[in-house]
Amino acid sequence: MAITERRMIYKHVDEEGYSNDIDCYIKNGGYEVLKKAVQAKPEDLRQEVLDSGIRGRGGAGFPTGMKWKFLDFKSGKPIYLVCNADESEPGTYKDRQIIYQDPHQLVEGMMISAFAIGAKCAFIYIRGEFINGARILEKAIEDARAKNLLGEDILGSGYSCDLIVHRGGGAYICGEETGLIESLEGKRGYPRIKPPYFPAALGLYMCPTIVNNVETLCWVKHIIEIGGKEFANIGVKGDSGTHIIGVSGLVQKPGYFEIEAGAHTLGEVLYDGCGGPLPGRKFKAVIPGGLSMKILKWGERWKGKHPNTGEDYDWGVEDIPLDSVSMGLTGSALSTGGAMIMDDSTDMLEAMANINAFYAHESCGQCTPCREGSLWMHKLSKRMTDGQAREEDVPLLLDIADQIAGRTICAHGEAAAWPVQSAVPKFKDEYLDKIKKQANGERYNPVGYPLI
Amino acid sequence: MADSETNLVTINIDGVEHSVPGGMNLVDACESVGVEVPHYCYHPKLSVAGNCRMCLVEMGMPMRDRATGEPVLDDDGVQKIGWMPKPAIACASKTMPGLHIKTKSDLTKECREGVMEFLLVNHPLDCPICDQAGECRLQEFATDYGRGFSRFVEEKNVKPKRTVLGPRVTLDDERCILCSRCVRFCEEIDENPVLGFTERGSYNTLTCFPGTQLDSNYSLNTVDICPVGALTSTDFRFKMRVWFLKPTPSICTESSVGVNTEVWSREGVIYRVTPRRNDSVNDTWMADTGRALYHQVEAKSRMKSFRVDGNKASLGEAIQRVRELMTVGPIAYVGSGQMSVEDQWMLRKLVETEPGPIHFVYHQGEGDGRLISKDKTPNLRGGLLTGLIKDLPDAHLHALRDQLEKGEIKTIVAFGEDLVKAGIAPELLKKANVIYFGDQRNDTTDFVKVLLPTLTVFERSGSFINQQFRLQKFAQCVPGPAGLMPTTALISRLIGEIKGESSLPPSNPQLWRDMAVAIEQFAGIEFAKIPATGLELDSSAFAQLHFVEEKGWHYEPVAEPAGAESSHH
Repeated sequence: MAITERRMIYKHVDEEGYSNDIDCYIKNGGYEVLKKAVQAKPEDLRQEVLDSGIRGRGGAGFPTGMKWKFLDFKSGKPIYLVCNADESEPGTYKDRQIIYQDPHQLVEGMMISAFAIGAKCAFIYIRGEFINGARILEKAIEDARAKNLLGEDILGSGYSCDLIVHRGGGAYICGEETGLIESLEGKRGYPRIKPPYFPAALGLYMCPTIVNNVETLCWVKHIIEIGGKEFANIGVKGDSGTHIIGVSGLVQKPGYFEIEAGAHTLGEVLYDGCGGPLPGRKFKAVIPGGLSMKILKWGERWKGKHPNTGEDYDWGVEDIPLDSVSMGLTGSALSTGGAMIMDDSTDMLEAMANINAFYAHESCGQCTPCREGSLWMHKLSKRMTDGQAREEDVPLLLDIADQIAGRTICAHGEAAAWPVQSAVPKFKDEYLDKIKKQANGERYNPVGYPLI
Repeated sequence: MADSETNLVTINIDGVEHSVPGGMNLVDACESVGVEVPHYCYHPKLSVAGNCRMCLVEMGMPMRDRATGEPVLDDDGVQKIGWMPKPAIACASKTMPGLHIKTKSDLTKECREGVMEFLLVNHPLDCPICDQAGECRLQEFATDYGRGFSRFVEEKNVKPKRTVLGPRVTLDDERCILCSRCVRFCEEIDENPVLGFTERGSYNTLTCFPGTQLDSNYSLNTVDICPVGALTSTDFRFKMRVWFLKPTPSICTESSVGVNTEVWSREGVIYRVTPRRNDSVNDTWMADTGRALYHQVEAKSRMKSFRVDGNKASLGEAIQRVRELMTVGPIAYVGSGQMSVEDQWMLRKLVETEPGPIHFVYHQGEGDGRLISKDKTPNLRGGLLTGLIKDLPDAHLHALRDQLEKGEIKTIVAFGEDLVKAGIAPELLKKANVIYFGDQRNDTTDFVKVLLPTLTVFERSGSFINQQFRLQKFAQCVPGPAGLMPTTALISRLIGEIKGESSLPPSNPQLWRDMAVAIEQFAGIEFAKIPATGLELDSSAFAQLHFVEEKGWHYEPVAEPAGAESSHH
């Protein structure tokens, strides 16, 4: 059985004959929503977004309309809109497809959003390494400006807003909302403490600022087109719209699927969409939403009452519906939808060591637990894979993660800790087994694919 | 104070209710009621960075129903406390009515142990040779809040040692805990942002931006605020263990700002000078140049013996000779803004006994708009209040020079001022009988008939009145050279000689009893009761004077006098 996609954001992604050219976009109905939007009242547009119940697609899943509501409109300071196109979470690659293949969708979404929140200047903060992406966006902006779709007096509405592409510092932390703002201001990418630096009040240049993800800003266009209340009917209660599930790792056909929230289960996507495990292999684990999310183990089960439907559920990994509410019930999160799959050839110690190495490298070093803890976890797990571990290192590794999570300035602490906090208890036997064998003189010989 | 008193709120710390000012930083609020919240990166005079995570505590607020706003009560009818799911940093939180915090709970304890363990994983355990031993919060908190052992068995990061950041500051990178206090100081206080971090994660390293160095005149403040042994004063490094040193409260004499200081000494030798907190004067900062002034105590130019006509003499012989010279002809006095209030008062007594015109040198130089003012003396205002001078003096002694040229003056009694530098040519000076009270040799001391060596500010106690008319006390830090005595005692002895009476040298409390009666602005002041942070005096009598000082950190020049303003109409 094939899975049923509902492509909205990815409508034109991979479409034959479709290009990222502005004429192609306009021919397909592009910028019509912007024309309509600039004639509307900004507060009505904001209400539509609030009514839609859309959640941010950058990972944390905070309701977008609510975020906009927090904006300090009374300060008298300029309001900024910033698009977070840093996309540096391993396993996540959904925004890149939009930028490369359909950049005008983002430009239109941003101009509608900017008009709705009253921003006179908007930025796209793109990861420094995405050189082509930045060039594509710059061209798109240039073309849109030539057609008066942005810049001065947009479409004769009297509203003016400029859009600027800013190539980022190339650090994972520059994708964090406030770290991004610091970087955009030309400083080192260090996250700010909240409180008091809630971007909606004290953001870019200490002015009210909205930072939204690429996909989120694209959604604004669709919400205004369909209408907020109508839009809320797509998906499930508490998570409207679709989700782009980008599957990578050990499946037969990795790739991305845009499905209505909750319309398919993880199992359906992995088996029907991706062709299941590689020949002769079995699934072992999945990280459902980008590297920082908690790992799920095949064979785990979750039982309870669904908060939205009230129905009893008893799920294995395959049964989890792909919406953020359901995925939240497993203790993990759908987040960016970047699902990373491991099969029985994956050495968990190797995979986790790899993850720890990544977070140790990407910790900005601002606050103590993440700075010191992530490197400690990296050194310790490297020692494990080098065959030098002791049994007490397993609970120690977990304890270090416990000391990081929830005690740092930004969510990088959680990002570094959650994989360990979930993997160590779930694969404790594998850890201990390997260590015992090493202690008995058995050579440590990992097989299969290391992750990332 | 009245404002904060009316603004008091009740917060609950570890189950005990306390009344504290509303909107106060929680670290400070806890400290004010005797509860310690350990912290590294927080500094009351810098912005909140919140990066060390040592001050994590549990916080909660009384619960209210979201829909109705009604308090949520437990079974006993007491309002429930909604504790935050994660610990929060006290340094970035402010007091508000009803706030509950736990500083001793299991979770708080676990957080602190965790942070301590993390801070020490890559820190060299070189306490026995670290210069900061005795002043290292890492050491202190490891004892107070740490687990007592580390589970870290990996290889430590090794960072550079002895990195020279500037002419006076040396960095031991491996000890740096990246609290960013020094970075914030340079940006926010010194407005000279030369420091920053490079690299990432555990490899983060404090450094100067390319092509810059930490060379501002305030660079040593970074050493003062460094909570661990990373930033050290190149001058003080390894000279002495701080627990051997005795701090004495003093006042910096570099300018009329009157920076509050601690002078650190052992067995009569001064090793360093650091700032003392006074929020009305210098906050917690001081200039590097002021810290070097203690070298005058042991300077080569220091004068230590009484001399008459160039020959060593006893105090009695010197006083006798002064008495003789004072009868030769008309006398002029040269007072100084370096003299303490007590010295100036005694000089006034001397002038009343043996009258003559009083001159005063107004030392002016570059001000930096911060803690160094244009007026280079600590006590010009003392001269005004003690009645020694009525108006602002000139920068040079031209009037005295004219008097000397006309032969109107035969004897000069000078206190600490270099007359040659102040505009009197050596030839002219040779014609007069110069009696000199001072501690350092200078161009004038070559021409003196009688030399009475005095004590430096570090060797006596007294008071100065700074640019804000704030009366500030300084204490004796080290004993002076044998046989030397305070200027007040010398003058008292001289007055006794003139009057033919003998009396005991006056103590400062005694002088203040006299001054409190004679001087309106000093009424009711007792020397012993002058607060450590000083006492603001009534300056209204001097509102018409044009002082040279420009705006500083805590000094607003008095507005144009009324007369000048009316001329605009």
